[in-house]
Amino acid sequence: MADQITLEVTRYRPEREAAPTVQSYAVPVREEWTILDGLNYVKDRLDGSVSYRWSCRMGICGSCGMTVNGDPKLTCATFLTDYLPGPVRVEPLRNFPVVRDLVVELSDFMRKLQTVKPWIVRDDEKPIDDGEFLQTPQEMDEYKRYSMCINCMLCYSACPVYGLDPDFIGPAAVALAQRYNLDSRDQGAADRLDVLNQHDGLWSCTFVGECTRACPKDVDPAGAIQRYKLTAAMESLKAFLLPRGSR
Amino acid sequence: MRKRSLDPFPWLLFSAGGVAAALVLPVLLVLLALAFPLGWLDPPSYQDMHGLLRNPLTMLVLFGVFTLSLFHWAHRFRYTLYDGLQIQHLNRLLAAVCYGGALAGTVIAAYLLVRVR
Amino acid sequence: MSVSPPYREYHPRWYRPRMSTWWWLGRRSYVAFILREISSVFVAWTVVFLLRFIYAVGSGPDSYAGFLDWADTPWVVALNVVTLAFVLYHAVTWFQLTPKAVAVRLRGRPVPDAGIVASVYAGWIVVSAFVAWLILRG
Repeated sequence: MADQITLEVTRYRPEREAAPTVQSYAVPVREEWTILDGLNYVKDRLDGSVSYRWSCRMGICGSCGMTVNGDPKLTCATFLTDYLPGPVRVEPLRNFPVVRDLVVELSDFMRKLQTVKPWIVRDDEKPIDDGEFLQTPQEMDEYKRYSMCINCMLCYSACPVYGLDPDFIGPAAVALAQRYNLDSRDQGAADRLDVLNQHDGLWSCTFVGECTRACPKDVDPAGAIQRYKLTAAMESLKAFLLPRGSR
Repeated sequence: MRKRSLDPFPWLLFSAGGVAAALVLPVLLVLLALAFPLGWLDPPSYQDMHGLLRNPLTMLVLFGVFTLSLFHWAHRFRYTLYDGLQIQHLNRLLAAVCYGGALAGTVIAAYLLVRVR
Repeated sequence: MSVSPPYREYHPRWYRPRMSTWWWLGRRSYVAFILREISSVFVAWTVVFLLRFIYAVGSGPDSYAGFLDWADTPWVVALNVVTLAFVLYHAVTWFQLTPKAVAVRLRGRPVPDAGIVASVYAGWIVVSAFVAWLILRG
């Protein structure tokens, strides 16, 4: 096994350059090292000025998403040995504004998550004395997959529609809405439908399917969106055909 | 409450069209575009073909398949141009051309089918 | 927060590249996607071709024979071969994606994707066989 691999890291320092540049670093190859380990080596030993986000280093916090050789990846889950002999291009997550080096601006994503009301919405609040909600394993299976999202934004990076039209609410937001819509304890499907049954909501999606391919947690946002399209279309049809009173 | 979007309706037509096109068009293409013209199979006589097409049920089904397939094209093509060529500012024109074209095709299809009688 | 923080005056210039018109050539999956979308043009051409056929049948036996001759010319055959390829690509990708849009339950258990795809293909074969029989039985 080779003992070194070159990381070609995007550098962007807005105070002194107008566009990103690339800087190469030679990093040792250990069998269990990930791209993140490589970046940490760069920052510790070679160049302390590299900026990037990371936290749990085990694929659950969703902080370390970057574009590795053109693919959106969690750098803590991407092994150096898979890219031998290299070099490996490490770029910031695509489709997001770059703040500095490998750090991207998240506020659009954070705001969009809030708009789908990602909490249990009840028409009738259950008093504490009545005890907890009961849910069968089958009922949990309905939405369990969509609850696995770690908000890593790899799906937004993979989605060409989001790249072309940043107003698109995006795959993770819709998967999150479905996580609650399909939860047997929730009664807020109509509220979320109002938000999502818009051009920038569900209907910008053209089912490219890249979001599901990029997802490290097998959430399948593309499937969530398609199922939701059918639900939303049926609701719109009902609203159109049936008079208000009988709904 | 935000204004209700009209997007679901073209999508329903697009989906139905996708199913209709996928199920019916391949066999029709294989027979009418390849097998009969190239002589792989003997085409039915004029009387048989005419008789088949005159049947009201056939006309209805064909009309449905043609209409849905055209709207399938209109919706998909509109979004392909919108995304592929990044011409969002021409959105209205694009929608008019695509759905309008599909509508025109539907009218022509109805006329030609009825004309067979 | 009602008071803006004092450091607001300096806001770093974000880098926001515009997506290239050729974005879809960047990945194999994007190319496959665009080809799938372009198949809709060939679906439309199929309808036009079939309407041409309907017109021919409506115009009498000579027109019908003339249509078959016209359909035999090289450029029409070439176009229709390409058309068939794209229409099949549309059908195959459509059936592949059908289970994503419809979640079916049988006796309380969700039907696996493969089951849905298999039934759709079965339906396709039945429809095709039926249509072919209608046309060929004479």
